[in-house]
Amino acid sequence: MSALLEVQGLSVEFDLKDGTVSRVIDGLSFELAAGRTLGIVGESGCGKSMTALAVMRLVPMPPGRIAEGAIRLAGENLLDATEARMRDVRGNDVSMIFQEPMTSLNPVYTIGDQIGETVRLHQGLSRREAHNRAIEMLRAVSIPAPEKRVDEYPHQLSGGMRQRVMIAMALACQPQVLIADEPTTALDVTVQAQIFDLLKELQQQTEAAVILITHDMGAIAEMAQRVVVMYAGRKVEEAPVDEMLTNPKHPYTRGLIACVPHLEADPGPERGALMEIPGVVPSVAELGRGGCPFAPRCAEAMDRCRREMPRETGVGEDHTAACWLYLDGDAA
Amino acid sequence: MRLPAVIAKRLVYALVLLFAVLVLNFTLIHLAPGDVAETIAGEAGGASPEMLAQIRKDYGLDLPFLEQLYRYIEKVVQGDFGYSFYFDRPVTSVIFENVWPTLLLVVSSLLIAILFGTFLGVFAARRPNGLLSQAITVLALLGYALPVFWTGIMLVILFASFIPLFPTSGMDAGPLGASGFGYVWEVLHHLTLPVVTLSTIYLAFYSRLSRASMMDVLGADYIRTARAKGLGERVVVFKHALRNAVLPVVTFAGLQFGALFSGAVLVEAVFSWPGLGTLAFDSILRRDTPTLLGILFFSALIVIVANLLTDLAYRLVDPRIKSAARA
Repeated sequence: MSALLEVQGLSVEFDLKDGTVSRVIDGLSFELAAGRTLGIVGESGCGKSMTALAVMRLVPMPPGRIAEGAIRLAGENLLDATEARMRDVRGNDVSMIFQEPMTSLNPVYTIGDQIGETVRLHQGLSRREAHNRAIEMLRAVSIPAPEKRVDEYPHQLSGGMRQRVMIAMALACQPQVLIADEPTTALDVTVQAQIFDLLKELQQQTEAAVILITHDMGAIAEMAQRVVVMYAGRKVEEAPVDEMLTNPKHPYTRGLIACVPHLEADPGPERGALMEIPGVVPSVAELGRGGCPFAPRCAEAMDRCRREMPRETGVGEDHTAACWLYLDGDAA
Repeated sequence: MRLPAVIAKRLVYALVLLFAVLVLNFTLIHLAPGDVAETIAGEAGGASPEMLAQIRKDYGLDLPFLEQLYRYIEKVVQGDFGYSFYFDRPVTSVIFENVWPTLLLVVSSLLIAILFGTFLGVFAARRPNGLLSQAITVLALLGYALPVFWTGIMLVILFASFIPLFPTSGMDAGPLGASGFGYVWEVLHHLTLPVVTLSTIYLAFYSRLSRASMMDVLGADYIRTARAKGLGERVVVFKHALRNAVLPVVTFAGLQFGALFSGAVLVEAVFSWPGLGTLAFDSILRRDTPTLLGILFFSALIVIVANLLTDLAYRLVDPRIKSAARA
């Protein structure tokens, strides 16, 4: 299966107030095929949302810029595209669902307006056709009484409903790629499950490729086929989801998985205590100091980790990690 | 709450408020020093004690205060605001003649301040550190610092003696002036300087306000959503952002209508604009109490109506208001 979306060596930099430059995404690469779901996992501030914005070319510029790399959608490098071409791509070929359904919809326009706007823009539908399409989309995301809801304003809907509206809006033009940036973080657990079911169902219908950005390993296990773990703007590990959950290699990934609470009555001695990863993600100003960025928080850090950046290496079948633990034989 | 119910509620509030305004104004004027009877007698050319007593009796000035108040309110309820001895005409007809120039001045100043202020603010917001942003900050500082009457007087000096482009006094060229469209042009010509004077400070204020509000809105999540849909920058700014950014402007426009009205008194005095402000000012000097009370009452009425209109405008712009009123 050939890749629909290919990200290669993507780096995003931000100019900081003190005149220095911070590299918030550093050499990130991944691939995604139609109908598949890629999970991107990491703590807040690891660059996962910035990755999503970079794919849409919505990184705020200035102060940010996409410094290098390539983002290929069906072979076309989006980083070479004109702004006008990007406006065609956004919402049409690549759509996005955001984390905050409460604030991601414009409060002064009806949801029908906001869904219809996309199809009017990209498919040249008339106002009436767009209105009908909006009703159709609301029905597709299982909103009851869509003929009535379509004329309501965002404040009249619950959080889960609003996220459904966001999904309806994102899928209205049947995009090839859907980027879901923490789509359920702001919602109740029961609503989360509904949204994931809905996303899976719609993905099967539309064959869209999905990038699911989250910090929740449980969501990844349920949704994704492949996982990229990010830390401080870099990919630290990538593997198919089962391999990643059963056989994590990078100490950071192991920590993330150990952080997931488990509900078994008797989890067994080795899973007894809920783990935490000490310390916090480095701030943007601390990035790029040489050495592995996770070293200060890593229980297994060696001298070399603090001096040199580990490169990505194979640690199993279709499984890579960037860690000195697996680079022993390498010449320094 | 449904719209008719809201309007009905507002009207009840308005009536209560107007009644309070009436009582307070009457009481304050009554407490002010000076004898109306003496003024009237002075106008008539002389004042013997008998004549003063006669005047007091004729005008009901010898009655106890509460009875005077009661009789005044009774008349007002019937639409009678008394009789101006200075103009020798009913107060309502005097006010009716003077209210239009004031409304023209105030409404055009407010519209210019809001339209241009918002426009400037929106453009400044897109480049928060750009030249236009800096210029607006300076303009706003100047606008705050300069008293309206001082600006007015400076403009009068400038245009009366140095650049005679605009007339500095009155509203038209008098009986010798043009008629029809020529008259409209003449009034607009006369209107320029008073409007510039009155609107400058508000223009500065609204440009600052809408700049801040626009910058806030441009950082909102739904703006990112709009961009992610592939909308062009113009649609993002003027459709998705502007309507949200304009909400505080609407709020302040309603609140400031009253302040603008009182600012108009000074501007009218400086430019001899024949409006309510000039009339009020002259009526105080003339001790023309009925006219003054009438002006105060009508001013309150206009401000209340303006606030009601603001409320309705707000509902039009922001759909969330309806459910907020219900809760």
